[in-house]
Amino acid sequence: MSVDIYKINPEFRSIMPKDIIDLEDNATWHATAEKNRGISDLTDKKEILEEHSLCAGCPEAAALRYILTALPIPEDTIIVNSTGCTSLMFPHIALHTVHSLFGNQNAVASGIKRTLDWRFPDTIKDVIVLAGDGATIDIGLDYTLQSFFRQEKITTICFDNEVYANTGGQESGSTPKGQVFKMAPKGKVFDKVPMWELAVTSGCQYSVKLTASAPKKVAKVLREAVLIARELGPTYIHLYTPCILEIGLAANEGLWEMKEQDKDRFDSFRYVSPEAEEYLKECKAKGIL
Amino acid sequence: MTLRSQMTAEKNWAGQTMVTADHMLFEAPREKHFMTGSEVVKEAMKRCTVDASVSYPITPQSEAAHLIGELWAEGYIGTYFRGENEFGVMSEVAGCAMAGARTVTTTSGPGTLRAMENFPMWAGTRIPCQLILMARGINSPLTIQPDNLEVSFMLETGCMIWYAENVQELFDMTIAAFIVAEKPDVHVPIVTVVDGFFVSHTRESVMLPADDIALFPYDPYAAPLPPIDSEMPPGRFLRDPFVMKSNYISYATHASWQWEVRSAAERSRPYAKHFLKGLVHSVGDEDAEVVFVSCGTASHQSKEANRELTKLGIKSKVVKLRTIRPFPTAELLEATKNAKYIFVPEFNVTGWLHNEVLQALYGKSEATVVGKPRVAGGMSMPVEVILKEVGNFVKIEQGA
Ligand SMILES: Cc1ncc(C[n+]2csc(CCOP(=O)(O)OP(=O)(O)O)c2C)c(N)n1
Ligand code: SF4
Ligand SMILES: [Mg+2]
Repeated sequence: MSVDIYKINPEFRSIMPKDIIDLEDNATWHATAEKNRGISDLTDKKEILEEHSLCAGCPEAAALRYILTALPIPEDTIIVNSTGCTSLMFPHIALHTVHSLFGNQNAVASGIKRTLDWRFPDTIKDVIVLAGDGATIDIGLDYTLQSFFRQEKITTICFDNEVYANTGGQESGSTPKGQVFKMAPKGKVFDKVPMWELAVTSGCQYSVKLTASAPKKVAKVLREAVLIARELGPTYIHLYTPCILEIGLAANEGLWEMKEQDKDRFDSFRYVSPEAEEYLKECKAKGIL
Repeated sequence: MTLRSQMTAEKNWAGQTMVTADHMLFEAPREKHFMTGSEVVKEAMKRCTVDASVSYPITPQSEAAHLIGELWAEGYIGTYFRGENEFGVMSEVAGCAMAGARTVTTTSGPGTLRAMENFPMWAGTRIPCQLILMARGINSPLTIQPDNLEVSFMLETGCMIWYAENVQELFDMTIAAFIVAEKPDVHVPIVTVVDGFFVSHTRESVMLPADDIALFPYDPYAAPLPPIDSEMPPGRFLRDPFVMKSNYISYATHASWQWEVRSAAERSRPYAKHFLKGLVHSVGDEDAEVVFVSCGTASHQSKEANRELTKLGIKSKVVKLRTIRPFPTAELLEATKNAKYIFVPEFNVTGWLHNEVLQALYGKSEATVVGKPRVAGGMSMPVEVILKEVGNFVKIEQGA
């Protein structure tokens, strides 16, 4: 059924906007794609993200495009969002998405996932959380960690821009020590919260920290995380998507900043539980990875 | 393991024969039982073909929440777990309901306030979930006593609010609540309130239909908003109002949607009237000049005062409000048209129901409205206290 919800009633086709028609004709859906979806689709396929209203050059936008294009089964994927810059893009995602409150994303996602498992026991329904660092690590930390403790089968993605961007640049728990931001006029006094490590001790089957500098890498990590969450339990992706506005970079400097941080605060961290490692091997053998 | 797919056209997944709400509430033969409010919540939910429940402990609702958990273990409820705190629980409930589940939860006092940001979100999301609220005092100082101040915080959340007086009403009301909340033209959350301890922990005789029947399941595809399950067109939308494109669209959307949420609750009136047999229930002398307007346990005590006043030769009447949101304004006006003195006995310090009554009657009634007696923090409301207030306005001949 799911991919059918993108079909346009033939009676209305002539009055439909082009992007909606393209969604039916030229987007890659799992049910209709000949090969695994991925970054290469960005060149000639219809993306399931339309125009957005983030700052020009914001790496969050690029990162979201990589993620959406790599979803294993977009037509059966639900993404739960939180308040913040990311929520400016959510209306433009052609999937069933939710914005509920600031910080409750993992709780909402838990309810959705459990209900979908109950209502559709024989259909894969992937549930993903995508939220900022403030949402994931500060105001929503309890709900993030508790969903890990409970082994909810969801993937949590944190778009870490190391700041409360949407409210104008305040210090967050994810801001590096010493950084001067609003509400930390003398510089932040405590260390960046190592959320990727907390994810491991809290029961995630998979926790990876990276920047959005390399599209293919982001796509691979996303795919692994979703596949593992589906079978084994919670997975976590900590992604650096710098707020170029708040750190004073130009629209074309985000990539450079991410490349810098690949060697510094966002040097690669990857934890895969032994069960998940085994499972990834199986996925490779089956050709779904 | 229970599977939803075990459901047939006649039987739900627990093997119960599915019946209409009218049959369940009005036609099915009933037998007498003796149970507490907490126990009757289990009996009601057992007959509601509930998909999901999330719980968290707090006195006095914990037992009801345990018993709902037992229903899950017995195969009557699809999914159930203990959440991390009430804020989380209400968000988990929202997730369940958005994904198409008939969902129930329970809480009390501090739990309600901990969860507060969720309730307008529930209403704005137009989910028809049910919160069974077993009212308890709010800190500080620490209290676990019965007190219904918490209801005042719920009044403007956009959720419907019904109030049950006793164990029997709790049973019937929590069943009717799903049916009315899920009507496609209503489709807003519903809060069914009882006074904690007085109802949750009191054993009373109740008449229950057999437990081999249950309501038909919730149909999320009849909802005014598509469920979040990737099964329902359109494949492109935002679940909640736009805040991003322009300030104009943002305020226009938000403003109109807020009106619509309240209108949706208004549209519940005829359904509530049918399933609750009226939005208010009156007992006593039709033309009495002394009228008590109350809900919950305060109605019970008012009825006792009515009996005592009758013995003393004074006519009185009790108007019990069964719905608080929407507020039964027309019914209240009609029921109090002969009143000279209206007393609003309440179990809270602020007199929120007094305020509601004043607002409803303003400019439309000549009666003196007295916001008394008012007890709080766990005090009981002995009938003498009510009579004393009446005596301040009406001459009561002792020993008459
Ligand atoms: C309960 C509540 N508190 C505060 C806010 C204000 N608020 C909205 S977005 C935001 C910042 C979000 O920061 P983050 O999650 O890091 O996302 P970013 O905007 O940086 O992408 C804040 C504080 C809110 N909407 N709700
Ligand atoms: S404020 Fe920062 S994070 Fe938000 S859209 Fe602009 S650059 Fe991106
Ligand atoms: Mg941020």
